Amino acid sequence: MRYLPKSPADREAILKAIGARSIDDLFSPIPAEYRLNRDLKVPRQMAESEIVDWFRERSRENGDSYAMFLGAGAYYHYRPVIIDSLISRGEFLTAYTPYQAEISQGTLQSIFEFQSMICELTGMEVANASMYDGSTAATEGVMMAIRLTGRRTIAVARSVHPEYREVLATYATHQDHPVVTVGFTESGRIDLKELEKSVNQDTACVLIQSPNFFGIIEDVNAIAEIAHKNGAMLVVSIAEAVSLGIVEPPRQADVVAMEAQSFGVPLGFGGPYCGVIATREKYVRQMPGRLVGQTTDTNGRRGFVLTLATREQHIRREKATSNICTNQALVALMANIFMTIYGKVGLRELAKQNLAKTAYAAQQFGRHASVLFSAAPRFNEFVVETSEDPFAINSRLLGHKIIGGLPLKKFYPELGNAALWCCTELTTRDAIDTATALVGESQDSTKPSREVAEVTR
Amino acid sequence: MSYPADFKYTKEHEWIKSDGKNATIGITTYAQESLGDIVFVDLPKPGSEINAGKTFGSVESVKAVSDLYAPASGTVTEVNGELATAPEKINKDAHGSWMIKLTLKNPGEVNGLLSATDYEKFVAEEGGH
Amino acid sequence: MKPKSVIRKATTHVNQNEGLIFEKSSAGKFAWRLPPLDVPEVDTAKLLGASERKDLGHMPEVSEIEIIRHFTRMSTWNYAIDLGMYPLGSCTMKYNPRVNEVVSRLDGLANGHPYQPENVSQGALRILKTLSDCLIDITGMDAITLQPAAGAHGEFTGLLLVRAHHQSKGHARKKILIPDSAHGTNPATAATVGYAVENLKSNSQGMVDVAALASQMNEDVAALMLTNPNTLGVFEQEIHKIADIMHAKGGLLYMDGANMNALVGKVRPGDFGVDLMHLNLHKTFSTPHGGGGPGSGPVAVKKILEPYLPTPVVVTKSDGTLGFEYNRPQSVGRVRAFYGNFGMFVRALAYTLANGPDGLRQTTEDAVLNANYIRKGLEGAYDLPYATPSMHEVVFSDKLQAKKGVKTMDIAKRLIDYGFHPYTTAFPLIVPGALMIEPTESESKEEMDLFIEAMKSIAEEVEEDPEMVLAAPHTTRVSRLDEVAAARKPVLRWKPS
Repeated sequence: MRYLPKSPADREAILKAIGARSIDDLFSPIPAEYRLNRDLKVPRQMAESEIVDWFRERSRENGDSYAMFLGAGAYYHYRPVIIDSLISRGEFLTAYTPYQAEISQGTLQSIFEFQSMICELTGMEVANASMYDGSTAATEGVMMAIRLTGRRTIAVARSVHPEYREVLATYATHQDHPVVTVGFTESGRIDLKELEKSVNQDTACVLIQSPNFFGIIEDVNAIAEIAHKNGAMLVVSIAEAVSLGIVEPPRQADVVAMEAQSFGVPLGFGGPYCGVIATREKYVRQMPGRLVGQTTDTNGRRGFVLTLATREQHIRREKATSNICTNQALVALMANIFMTIYGKVGLRELAKQNLAKTAYAAQQFGRHASVLFSAAPRFNEFVVETSEDPFAINSRLLGHKIIGGLPLKKFYPELGNAALWCCTELTTRDAIDTATALVGESQDSTKPSREVAEVTR
Repeated sequence: MSYPADFKYTKEHEWIKSDGKNATIGITTYAQESLGDIVFVDLPKPGSEINAGKTFGSVESVKAVSDLYAPASGTVTEVNGELATAPEKINKDAHGSWMIKLTLKNPGEVNGLLSATDYEKFVAEEGGH
Repeated sequence: MKPKSVIRKATTHVNQNEGLIFEKSSAGKFAWRLPPLDVPEVDTAKLLGASERKDLGHMPEVSEIEIIRHFTRMSTWNYAIDLGMYPLGSCTMKYNPRVNEVVSRLDGLANGHPYQPENVSQGALRILKTLSDCLIDITGMDAITLQPAAGAHGEFTGLLLVRAHHQSKGHARKKILIPDSAHGTNPATAATVGYAVENLKSNSQGMVDVAALASQMNEDVAALMLTNPNTLGVFEQEIHKIADIMHAKGGLLYMDGANMNALVGKVRPGDFGVDLMHLNLHKTFSTPHGGGGPGSGPVAVKKILEPYLPTPVVVTKSDGTLGFEYNRPQSVGRVRAFYGNFGMFVRALAYTLANGPDGLRQTTEDAVLNANYIRKGLEGAYDLPYATPSMHEVVFSDKLQAKKGVKTMDIAKRLIDYGFHPYTTAFPLIVPGALMIEPTESESKEEMDLFIEAMKSIAEEVEEDPEMVLAAPHTTRVSRLDEVAAARKPVLRWKPS
């Protein structure tokens, strides 16, 4: 097999050196009754060209080059090409976790830069070297608050991404933490009055997302006040990282749990993504995940090391802050390079373009359908309610190579035929105009709704 | 290695100095040597109850964490704030760096602990110096 | 420095002094350009009001070439599989095939949105299904979830399944048994799921003490978390007894699949009594470590646990197309948003297709062959605490060298001067001063001979010039770093001076 660097002669020589007659000798510790004596049921060995062909077919079946109006926690932004040029270097791609600091300074210094930039963007004092994704980062942020306050209950906004809340529920149930869900008002923001009633002396934290699942920016100050006056912590989840270019970060938060996928990580059908936790310095010892710190070597030279490792599983075992070991270093490096490319001015300009495209789209949709939650400020997502079933609308759009907004009935049944639409800097005016016209067809038409044509490929 | 005669000791390497009503607790120089450079000490807040034989905090080096076991039961009255910013004081002078002060619940508990000589013997057997 | 022995593999090379990106930043430099807006400009103050951000603080401003040089220079400070062996035990640092990288970047896969309609997601679904089928046969199980993001996440998911199973029988059970040789994620995970951890001592051969297991097993123990081969690289030969003891009292046998590289194609955990296990795609299945992730930790299960798998699962619909099934009333719920680290599935599947059944088997054979070659080569120079046969990894101890005051970490640091990454030091905990070595199948005889020679040379140095080893490494860009200062007074971000 071409990945194996041994000739038959090498194998012979090695067996001889070991004193084994055949390779079977080395597998004799496995009881005979379990030894597999048939081939595994996997496809036969393929040539490299066959492998590429096989996946090309899958790529074609997966609808390439569609105009994309989906967001909802995964965002389609342009990825500058040097991201892949750099992360594909073998020294980054095939490097191990930087436990041996002297020969991992490349990885360590870039993580230190990543931590620094996340702090700058989120308004927090310290950030970790990544968690699995935004959903688990939000959950780990909540667990941090529980450890720090010693309290049991969690208050979470219903305007937080439904799948994030599902993940939180999975973790919370098993550690016996009641979850109180707080609804939203017609503004699309969390219901502050309901929040007041839901937060008390047993509440460890309030978890919100901003911009929230509907794209609406929450009133973080007001929410922080309610949480803090009850001695609860505020955990803010950010799913669309690009928003930090133009939206004021939640500086009153105690913990920010981010998804950095928008910063140069491919959509990739849902993963790998890049979660991050950022918080205040005083909470650092309760923060999960790897941390890189600056120090000096024996010659006084600046260097970087993994630090505060005693929080982690390999030392504390059952008392660890989290069980996390492998994190998302390579995708964090993509995010790092993205943030470096756009930088202080570019991130703001990028965010402004997102804002502009979305404002235009919302306005256009507003001519044919009902755009919900227009009273509060939004970033790059908005909710459109149509009289026609959004699934039918999306079928029609697919015929024009457009992937429409996410129908929300499954998550928010009371919103009926609502769908969540997202525009980024990559969304063209053309696509917006075509989409709104197609949506408008049924909304404006007096004809009975047509048969939905089968989408062919 | 000399261990102050007016302290009592536990097999988990804590020392306790008691006057019958109040006591001061720290860790022995043997403990700090085994741990190496101490980077952080996690201590309970004043007002907390601690119970003999149970953990009341922990002490960390770069690569290890050790639990602190209470030599006696009582209520914590004072915590050594210096250790929060300079935990290395324990390495420099373990017997002179107190961690917590407390009012004893059962002063008699202290009598059952090891004397300096007994502790020294115990440590020598454990493969110490 | 003048070592007595010749270091054949490594020489020093020029490493540049690259500072932090913030130190190169200055106002007006930029590396980005956006196309002109094709929609009207907006008044951000009007749209966002008080939510408008005015300042991005000290975010850097640099040009494209500076970014290329910055990261390229830093990359030269890293060791990597592409440069040489990582003999790290239980990490399985094998070759990361490049075709994996190419196929994961195909447009329809790289830019697929997880919520796009199923009829334009058939490619992704087929990848999920094909990989699932392959992993199910490789493990000898009946069903699988690909959702967990890494091994520890897989362990978490697995224990949720264990809990769901016992709850359905009416008695949740409180304890998990874990051998003292286990990886730290095992007890950490058990605690996260709310279980009490009970330690299981290893016997004199480093394997599970079956008598101790029998006495500790009762109706309050939910499962045993086992790694097989264990962290000493030894196959648990009494595995059938172990499984029987667990099953007789209604307990489950969980296997940590970190050491699957010794088993693929030769034996299947499902055949020797394992009820559920996780796999590490970033170990056995060649997905790149990337400096610490991403990984992927699928959990494969026997039929009895299938109803509890995280939602959604991939199903074949009546019209033959693939889809996601969300209606799973007994599911433990989600462990993350979306479906898992899909990019890693693509890579792991490409690896499987490149190998086929014969390649996978030969890979496992070479992995075990290599570990035994190194064991033979180093026997005598280093203390071998357990005489039991090694599979894909071998554990030595620093007992002989400790007499001269040299520990495993020191030997590891000196190994760096010879051009190798250190092996795993100080783990497993049951071997004091451990040197845990796993070469994987990706090492040639030449590379292994250089490694054996280096280790033997270091053993000699310990005898003749221990200071050389204690002060190592001598040839790296930075010497030993002050980890104590980093922990006492953490500096975790750059701040302008």
